[in-house]
Amino acid sequence: MMPDLGKYVVEVLSAYAVSIVLLLGLVWVSVRAARKARETLAAVEARKEKRDG
Amino acid sequence: MSIWEYANPKKFIATTTPVLPWVMWAAAVTLVVGLVWGFFFTPDDYRQGSTVKIFYLHVPAAMMAINIWVMMLVTSLIWLIRRHHVSALAAKAAGPIGIVMTLIALFTGAVWGQPIWGTWWVWDPRLTSFLILFLFYLGYMALWTAIEDDDTAADLTSVLCIVGSVFAVLSRYAVNFWNQGLHQGASLSLDAEENVADVFWYPALVCIAGFILLFVALVILRTHTEIRLRRARALETRMRA
Repeated sequence: MMPDLGKYVVEVLSAYAVSIVLLLGLVWVSVRAARKARETLAAVEARKEKRDG
Repeated sequence: MSIWEYANPKKFIATTTPVLPWVMWAAAVTLVVGLVWGFFFTPDDYRQGSTVKIFYLHVPAAMMAINIWVMMLVTSLIWLIRRHHVSALAAKAAGPIGIVMTLIALFTGAVWGQPIWGTWWVWDPRLTSFLILFLFYLGYMALWTAIEDDDTAADLTSVLCIVGSVFAVLSRYAVNFWNQGLHQGASLSLDAEENVADVFWYPALVCIAGFILLFVALVILRTHTEIRLRRARALETRMRA
C-alpha cells in the first residue's frame, strides 16, 4: 500500500507529517477557542440577566 | 436585500452557522481524497522522483498564504471605508490561518528544495518576499494583541495589511518581475499547454479545493469566536459602568 518513495522518503514523509500536524493543530485550536468563546459569552449574558433581573 | 446586511454580527452568525458543518465536512472529505490520491495513486516525476508528491501540499498552501492576505486586504478596506466590525474581525480571524499556510509553504518548499536545488533556502526574490509575507503575518497578529482598544487595533492592522499587500503580490509575481532565482514560474495554469501533466493536475485541483474549503470553514468559525468575545467584552464593560 505504501508507495516506494526511494531515496526521498525522509523529505516526502516529513513534508506530509509536519503539514498534517500543523493543519490539525489549527483546527483543534480554532474549535477549542470557539467553544471557550461560546461559554464565556453565555456566562457574561447570564450574569447580566441576573443583575438586571 | 443588500450584502451589507451580513455586516450585522447577529445576522452573520445566524446565516453562517447552518452552513458551517457542511463546509467543514466538505473540507475534510476533499482534503483526505486529494492528499490520499496525490500520495498513494500518482506516479513519480521522471526528474524529481517521489518529491513531486510534496506538490500537493506546497502549491495549495502557498496559494492560500497569498490569497488569504488578499482576503484580509479586502475586509480591512471594508472596515476602513464602511466601519463594519464583522469585516475587521474576519480579517483578524484569517490571520492565524494565513500564518499556518505560510509556514507549511515555507517548510515544504525547503524540504523539496534540498534534494532538487541542493539547498534548503536561497535568497531568491520569490522565497524572500514569501518570508517577508510570513513576518508580516506575525506582525499583523502581534499588533492585534498589543492594542487594547478593538477599533484602534482594527485601524492599525488594516493599514499594516495594506502595506503587506506589496509582499503578497511580490510573492506571486516575483518570478515574472525579476526573472531570476531558483524558483520556477507558475506550476498551474489554465493554459493546457503550459500546465503540469493531468496525472498531477487533477489531484492537485482536489487538494486546492480542500485547502480553500478548510479556509472558509475556519474563517467562519474563527469570526464567530471573535464576534462572541467582542460581545462578551462589551457586555462586561457596560456592566462595570
